[in-house]
Amino acid sequence: MSEKLTLFEKIWRHHTVKKIDETRDVLYIDKHLIHEVTSPQAFDGLRNRGIGVFRIDRIIATADHNVPTKNQHLPIQDELGRIQVDTLYKNCEEFGVELFKLGHEHQGIVHVIGPELGMTLPGMTIVCGDSHTSTHGAFGNISFGIGTSQVEQVMATQCLVLDKPKTMRITVNGQLERGVGAKDIILYIISKLTAAGGTGYFVEYAGSAITDLSMEQRMTICNMSIEMGARGGMIAPDHKTYDYIKGRKYAPFGEKWEAAVAYWSTLPTDAEATFDIEYNFEAYEIEPMVTYGTNPGMGMGVSDTIPDDQSSDSFVKSMAYMGFHCGEQLLGKEIQNVFIGSCTNSRIEDLRLVAEYLSGKQKANHVKAYIVPGSKMVEKQAIDEGLDKIFEEAGFELREPGCSACLGMNEDKIPAGEYCVSTSNRNFEGRQGQGARTILASPLMAAAAAVEGKIVDVRKSL
Amino acid sequence: MQKLDKIISTAIPLPIEDIDTDQIIPARFLKAVSKVGFGQNLFRDWRYTKDDTLNVDFVLNNQKFGGKILVAGRNFGCGSSREHAAWALADYGISVVISSFFADIFKGNALNNGILPLQVSQEDLDQIFETIFENPNIELDINVENQTLTIAGKQITFDIDPYKKVCLINGYDDIDYLLSIKDEIVAYEKGSNFSFS
Ligand code: SF4
Repeated sequence: MSEKLTLFEKIWRHHTVKKIDETRDVLYIDKHLIHEVTSPQAFDGLRNRGIGVFRIDRIIATADHNVPTKNQHLPIQDELGRIQVDTLYKNCEEFGVELFKLGHEHQGIVHVIGPELGMTLPGMTIVCGDSHTSTHGAFGNISFGIGTSQVEQVMATQCLVLDKPKTMRITVNGQLERGVGAKDIILYIISKLTAAGGTGYFVEYAGSAITDLSMEQRMTICNMSIEMGARGGMIAPDHKTYDYIKGRKYAPFGEKWEAAVAYWSTLPTDAEATFDIEYNFEAYEIEPMVTYGTNPGMGMGVSDTIPDDQSSDSFVKSMAYMGFHCGEQLLGKEIQNVFIGSCTNSRIEDLRLVAEYLSGKQKANHVKAYIVPGSKMVEKQAIDEGLDKIFEEAGFELREPGCSACLGMNEDKIPAGEYCVSTSNRNFEGRQGQGARTILASPLMAAAAAVEGKIVDVRKSL
Repeated sequence: MQKLDKIISTAIPLPIEDIDTDQIIPARFLKAVSKVGFGQNLFRDWRYTKDDTLNVDFVLNNQKFGGKILVAGRNFGCGSSREHAAWALADYGISVVISSFFADIFKGNALNNGILPLQVSQEDLDQIFETIFENPNIELDINVENQTLTIAGKQITFDIDPYKKVCLINGYDDIDYLLSIKDEIVAYEKGSNFSFS
């Protein structure tokens, strides 16, 4: 009888160039995505060694982390930001790396453009100097974030020296309630497993509630794997995966396509394969989620009350930062900002969902609300579909693509002490600006909060 | 990467626990585009007061202490994964950090930049601090090959991952290792294409 393997194990084995010792392998990397913040020192490293990029057809660059989301056609105002972006442009030119500059029709957040251009495929190994590289795992591949030395290693050799992670499977079965989506599933899972619950593991998500999701929703799930400490997350490829990829710019076609699909179909985890650890959840138990604290594990259903954890110093510190108390609900809490964007929720489906909800509605007067599309392609599609009109009528600003208020490296910062309902992935102290208070939620929950000016249960207004 | 096989040097004592990477190199210095120059901002907010004057109470500003070895309290390098923390130490001239526990990611980043994170027991660490404070000119003798640290006639052995040991002694980092197996990588590429792109 042949060996029963997981999706992860199959891809890992296919990419193992050599075993160094019991725990360490040399892994071949199929695709390398780079951006302006974690690449400059890696290019310097190549220059110091007098070598070039080993496989130029396997690396793609974009500017996203530190770019303005207004007037991208004008020179960048922030000097350090401008230097970082210019350095990326110069490096890409010198080394011959394909680059999507600001304004290019394919520019956008690395984790949004990979899939939409058909660069992200099942069975691959994909890396980027950004921890949310796990997003790409939605297509059934091994994707993870790396440090700058590793960026240099991949540029120089297309390989990495890696410890092999353990495997975890999280199964979610059943049907989601109306108004509950992928973001709620993943915030629910992280709230159950905690922000460190996945440390040392690579996660496969399975079950009917996961396979029922569209590709873009699956990306939202895999995106946040890192927020429970996991190395990455993945979902087995199926017909939805193939339908999504087919015909995209860099996707294989013709005979190659047939061969690819035949190979990809062999990848899903074998029926009797075992994982190091398994968790099971039921979809009906999941409500629209909100976070109340300063790490993504501090989340709860919107009708729940903040749990009591006064014995922990970090909990007390977190409540003081957020201005919340244990035992209270977030329902009815007034908020000042709504940010819809980031590699978690800035794709066209997210924007469509928000537009459909906002149609005929108005944001509350005191709320500042903006939408930052994940890429130029998403932006164009939103405009082509007339979504921009709906946003404008509702009082939302539609910006140009980038990471924006997800990490507040550019000027999109939330003022100190104000609340922001954000569709991004991190609610750390100061993440969206010094003193900013982040409440993570789904795009629908964020849109509803903008309209009501406070936290509401979106299920009641659908 | 610099070779690190033997080192004899005085040491800088920093008996503080849980030193995080934000203290080693504050976030506002991360917009830089090169690896050099971070040394001047190493422990920036401890070395300088708020109005940018030298904090004479901080050990790096104390003429009595110096050298290529930093001795620090347990859980050194916790917090953000920024590799800039290792770059700042290397740029300042530190080759070895001695502590009773290191945060995981920092350990990896240090080794990738030719810095030895040398872990000793809490008891030994306390003893080392005491010895250095008594005699700031005392030299520590570290031998990576034999995995020994000698101070005031006392020899302490330490653990190091065998692969990483070879890398340090030869001044290899993972890149050098990977470059040295380029033929195998090319052979792998010829034998398999699982990416279809
Ligand atoms: S949107 Fe946020 S999480 Fe995503 S790549 Fe940008 S900074 Fe990282």
